[in-house]
Amino acid sequence: MIAYIIRRLIQSALILLGVSIITFALLYLLPADPVRQIAGRSATPQTVENIRQQLGLDQPFFIQYWRYLTNLLSGDFGRSYIQRSEVSELIVARLPASLLLMVGAIICELAIGLSMGLVAAVKRGSVTDQTLMVTSFVGVSAPQFVVGLLLLYVFAVQLGWFPIGGYGTWRHLVLPSLTLGILGAGWYARMMRSSMIDVLRQDYIRTARAKGLQRGTILLRHAFPNAILPVVAMIGIDIGIFMGGIVVVESVFGWPGIGQLAWQAIQRVDIPIIMGVTLVSACAIVLGNLLADIVAPFIDPRIKLR
Amino acid sequence: MKRYLTTTVAATALALMLGFAPASAEERDPNAKPGGDIVITYKDDVSTLDPAIGYDWQNWSMIKSLFDGLMDYEPGTTTLRPELAESYEISPDGTVFTFKLRPGVKFHNGREMTAEDVKYTLDRVVDPKTQSPGAGFFASIKGFDEVTGGSATSLSGVTVVDPSTIKIELSRPDATFLHVMALNFAHVVPKEEVEKYGADFGKNPVGTGAYKLAEWTLGQRLVFEKNADYWNKGLPYLDKITFEVGQEPVVALLRLQKGEVDVPGDGIPPAKFQEVMADPAQKERVVEGGQLHTGYITMNTNVAPFDNVKVRQAMNMAINKDRVVQLINNRAVPANQPLPPSMPGYSKDYKGYAYDPAAAKALLAEAGFPEGFETELFAMNTDPNPRIAQAIQQDLAAIGVKANIQSLAQANVIAAGGEKEGAPMIWSGGMGWIADFPDPSNFYGPILGCGGAVPGGWNWSWYCNEDLDKKAAEADSIVDPAKAEERYKMWSGIYEKIMEDAPWVPVFNEQRFTMRSPRMAGADKLYVDPVHIPINYDYVYVTDVQ
Repeated sequence: MIAYIIRRLIQSALILLGVSIITFALLYLLPADPVRQIAGRSATPQTVENIRQQLGLDQPFFIQYWRYLTNLLSGDFGRSYIQRSEVSELIVARLPASLLLMVGAIICELAIGLSMGLVAAVKRGSVTDQTLMVTSFVGVSAPQFVVGLLLLYVFAVQLGWFPIGGYGTWRHLVLPSLTLGILGAGWYARMMRSSMIDVLRQDYIRTARAKGLQRGTILLRHAFPNAILPVVAMIGIDIGIFMGGIVVVESVFGWPGIGQLAWQAIQRVDIPIIMGVTLVSACAIVLGNLLADIVAPFIDPRIKLR
Repeated sequence: MKRYLTTTVAATALALMLGFAPASAEERDPNAKPGGDIVITYKDDVSTLDPAIGYDWQNWSMIKSLFDGLMDYEPGTTTLRPELAESYEISPDGTVFTFKLRPGVKFHNGREMTAEDVKYTLDRVVDPKTQSPGAGFFASIKGFDEVTGGSATSLSGVTVVDPSTIKIELSRPDATFLHVMALNFAHVVPKEEVEKYGADFGKNPVGTGAYKLAEWTLGQRLVFEKNADYWNKGLPYLDKITFEVGQEPVVALLRLQKGEVDVPGDGIPPAKFQEVMADPAQKERVVEGGQLHTGYITMNTNVAPFDNVKVRQAMNMAINKDRVVQLINNRAVPANQPLPPSMPGYSKDYKGYAYDPAAAKALLAEAGFPEGFETELFAMNTDPNPRIAQAIQQDLAAIGVKANIQSLAQANVIAAGGEKEGAPMIWSGGMGWIADFPDPSNFYGPILGCGGAVPGGWNWSWYCNEDLDKKAAEADSIVDPAKAEERYKMWSGIYEKIMEDAPWVPVFNEQRFTMRSPRMAGADKLYVDPVHIPINYDYVYVTDVQ
């Protein structure tokens, strides 16, 4: 177990190193000269050259990358040329909001997805089942930008139940969590349905039924806990999916998390911020997957780590 | 010797030009009531509030409300007036500016502002370590080259005469110098606070302005609070301004309709523009104004056939500017000269080249291209620029010119324009010139003068007329504010001459549209202030206070 975790941690570190090299190289090739962004159009060539030297941007690629990497290891993500502040400070300020949104989204997708899957499995083959599966399909494929604006328009603008974007109270959290969670809810509904159908076919369910237990008891006490095992193991992987989703959802709802930070930085070609957010997301995805793998055997003893 | 002395003194006395009356004589809105607060939204987080560094249209006006410069403009206009200076004198040769500071002006930390602070501010903005994008504006001050070159840390031309007087010597007469002193980059900062916060001064700004920063929660909001100690008594009217960031313009518009937002800072989103303007209730709350902007097509005079003036003139007749303006929902007005209409020096009587494809074709034939020719048109790849480039392409096709569109990232277009024979034609959209200060010279040097026709420069036509360069220098040596009209006329002449040589096709001048909530009041011009974008926070007020 320990050996497995250590091996996985080393793998994760290598993945992150690879991510940092690739993003650094891609952004290095981008046709945006940060020195010109800083110097402005009234700058003399002399000033441009001075700034380039001060920032070390006149150095070759590998030296620049090496310096970036060594700074990174001491927790220094660099300084944004446009925002003129430490990237780590900007990310730390926005991380809590993103985490809160992800927790909200996990609650939403589990509550919606598991109950939809459960009902569909029990009513297998019925109109209800088909309706739920079509709904889940729509949930998986609908663009989050559209879902978000739709929810915003109906529940915030027309009905006035929730605030129109922003951050602060639990009421602000509902619509963005729902938007982010709907995608996962569709997935979970489908997974829960098939897993539940599998479980319901098992011998111990037939035994329970033969014992004359009530249908509700069988479903919730015997079948449900076993059926959710493979589903719950997926939550760690969700973090990766969320990392993509928050960029859109946070921008639509004005949610002050790192997804919005990334979106703003991309639009302004603010390279140090794009680098920083990419690395933090990569970390989250790698850790999420690692967590999913480590937790799996505890939830489901049939799974063994090697 | 004695005679010489007396005549010089007499001439000096005669020629001394005194600054106009202090700002307290200005007119105030009699209906304005103090109090209340407003909410402004923005999509992007505010980058920095350091006046030496902030250079985007979002923080420009915010900095103006937190800091003050020696000079400023009358609200809603392009008319210069003293601000932290009480008065100023300009030497007869136009190279020495002496500012008398307003007494009793305090920084937000309570300390009184002195001439030492002004000197510190100017030294700081020019210092290469500050990395100010505005350093170049101060190039006419004596000692500039030494400071940027690193051989000095202080401008030799800036002298503190006494705590309330500062003298600035220039290396050449510069008629735009008072405008330069009104730029944010020259807004006065207190040394002790800058040193205390170092690189984070932009997040902890301390100035002399009408508002002070009360709260900044990264990614969420900034709160400006009224500066009760503001030197300009009675201002500002509002108690508090909250800037909410991270708000998509579409969402901001919805919130404005619900009464939660007073001004959407990013304006009306293009997708909603026609809907808003078609609804009388909404349109009523939109204020339209000019912008110191021109969108143009450059023709590289180094590249055949654009080295032929007749070809360039034909291009000017071939473009249907009204249709281009329609393409962007009439958010602009057609242009016939480099200067925008709200800029002093704009020639109202100049007719320009009328849209006339037949005449254009005839002129092309006369120039030796009866069958037209093939060329390349560079444009930035973000909407609406590719659409505009296509409209230009169609207009050119109508006179037989086949223009292949090169739709590229902004930096690539700028790089191609800065190469001697890099780009035959460029549509400037997305990179068009917006003036830094309301003076006609601001549209010449870097984009139409010989100085900008260098590798990496902004003069993408590579148009260099040494005769006009001389005229420009001559106009800019007329420092006397009383002769401003004469100077503007000289500039009008320069731009008309440029249009004869036709290195550009001026296409349109963008208009500004600011939307406000029903409770916001104050003259319309405050909502489209040429230097305060989007609005002049110091002078607007709300009607629902008791």
